[in-house]
Amino acid sequence: MNPLNNNKDVVIHSKDLTKKFGDFYAVDHISFEVKKGEIFGFLGANGAGKTTAMRMLCGLSFPTSGEATVAGFNVYNQQEKIKQNIGYMSQKFSLYENLTPSENITFFAGVYGVPRKEIKERSKLLIEKIGLQNEANTLVASLPLGWKQKLAFSVAIFHNPKIVFLDEPTGGVDPVTRRQFWDMIYEAAASGITIFVTTHYMDEAEYCDRVTIMVDGKIEGLDSPANLKLQFGGDNMDEVFYRLARKAERVES
Amino acid sequence: MKQLLVFIRKEFYHVFRDRRTLLIMFGMPLMQIVLFGFALTSEVKNADILVVDNAKDEHSQKLINRYKAASYFNLSEKQISYKDIESEFRKGNIKAAIVFPQNFSTDLIVNKKAQMQILADGSEPNIAKMLNQYISAITQSYQQELNRTIPPSITIIPETRMLYNEEENGSMNFVPGVMALILMIVCTALTSVAVVREKELGTMEILLVSPFKPIMVLVAKAIPYLVLSLVNLTFIFLLAIFLMGVPMAGSIFLFYLLSTLFVSTSLALGLLISNATDSQQVALLISMIGMLLPTIIFTGFLFPLENMPKFFQWFSHIVPARWYYSGVKSIMLKGLGLKYIWKELLLLTVMTIGLLTLAVRKIKIRLA
Repeated sequence: MNPLNNNKDVVIHSKDLTKKFGDFYAVDHISFEVKKGEIFGFLGANGAGKTTAMRMLCGLSFPTSGEATVAGFNVYNQQEKIKQNIGYMSQKFSLYENLTPSENITFFAGVYGVPRKEIKERSKLLIEKIGLQNEANTLVASLPLGWKQKLAFSVAIFHNPKIVFLDEPTGGVDPVTRRQFWDMIYEAAASGITIFVTTHYMDEAEYCDRVTIMVDGKIEGLDSPANLKLQFGGDNMDEVFYRLARKAERVES
Repeated sequence: MKQLLVFIRKEFYHVFRDRRTLLIMFGMPLMQIVLFGFALTSEVKNADILVVDNAKDEHSQKLINRYKAASYFNLSEKQISYKDIESEFRKGNIKAAIVFPQNFSTDLIVNKKAQMQILADGSEPNIAKMLNQYISAITQSYQQELNRTIPPSITIIPETRMLYNEEENGSMNFVPGVMALILMIVCTALTSVAVVREKELGTMEILLVSPFKPIMVLVAKAIPYLVLSLVNLTFIFLLAIFLMGVPMAGSIFLFYLLSTLFVSTSLALGLLISNATDSQQVALLISMIGMLLPTIIFTGFLFPLENMPKFFQWFSHIVPARWYYSGVKSIMLKGLGLKYIWKELLLLTVMTIGLLTLAVRKIKIRLA
């Protein structure tokens, strides 16, 4: 698995992308490219700027300077075009608690303009796939966290986006469910969806094709997990990360 | 457009699955109508009144019989001194006393001018005022009757200050006030909470990342609550007519036009609040303290605006509920037409447009 050779299919391009809040550089001149079908990890401590960077790419926040395109569209003035081509899943697995799983799917798919007939057919298949047949008519509020997470991810990619942004998607979920969740991510990537994922779990970093390590708003390392381990001399991503993050001056916020 | 419908359907799911919301929407109007209508009326019924008739002549007795006939009083006649009257007040046995001097009828017929005294318990100013008004009104109507039969005209002092119909039914004035209050709560509080809840849940973020336009989020939130508010209004309207016996003297169409406008104003306020806050508690607090209190105080349905200091009188002009209240009263109780409520309609329209503009601008700023 080495999508790096394929240079034609750049879906996210960022050059010197910066976000300043007053004098504070939340994101400090970051540059990278993400290829189609890649699982691109954004690693960093809390407050390193991962979420801010992701929010700029999603069109939730205006960059201060620098340039970036997502799915070929400019983040400054083509946000609406970007929105049609991406999916997004936040740390909170944001679903409506007093709707059933299928109502959640119907709603979010409807908001993205998926035709009603297609929603009907595919949501049934989807619910079977994640094993929610018996819970199809219970409210999301009473589902276990792991299922909410799977459902939230399925909802985020239901409209077949080119890229899906996952902001710390596995927070608070047990390791087994996390593993199952990554199987879903692999499957989505195999179907051609680019995965942009932030995390602070080092084991998850190993699952990514390429990993960016952010420290204090800057990119300190960017390569495949194997190369990063060689480059910074560590047996696992944990060690690599500690070596880089030790320099951090920002206090966890 | 299809996206909007999907969104609106989702909003209805939220409302119908949330028992708290339903209770606020339909339980509260019932409770408030009953509370304000029956328990909190400023009407006085069966107040204990002492009559000291030192005259014991024709007209004093006739007047006393008039008082007795009124349902407001529980009249007792005693021949006691002033000092004893005071002690009756102190013991709390009576709320008011009426004293006729000697020669009441002679003064009235011969001198054309007779005096009587009304003593009321000023420690309960509202009741004292009401009783004074009731007694004066009955006295005055008696005087008017006499004037028809005994020219030239005679006068019984005190002069009455009662301006309203003595049969006035308190609940009639309360109902339009309660309508304003409930619509304000349902539209402003529930709408703002509905938007802020999405922020708390994190679903707002998902919506903002989706192609769904932020302004459409506002529209999609507002429409279900507009519909529900009108259903709710009908519910209150029926309660008012069939339970409280409030008349509907004017045009129903005009009533709904005015109400829809007021609902829109309140919705706009709710959306504005929701844009400015990030937690349900804060949104609720602002809607309740910031909206409810002014609605109760400055509409004039509990406290007369005329008695307030100039500054507050002026302030009441920017309270939307004040205009709705006066408009509904004009339509329902007085049966007035468009000619008399155009000012209310215009003001509410201006307020709605102003607030909506603000709300839309606020949401754009948040996205930047």
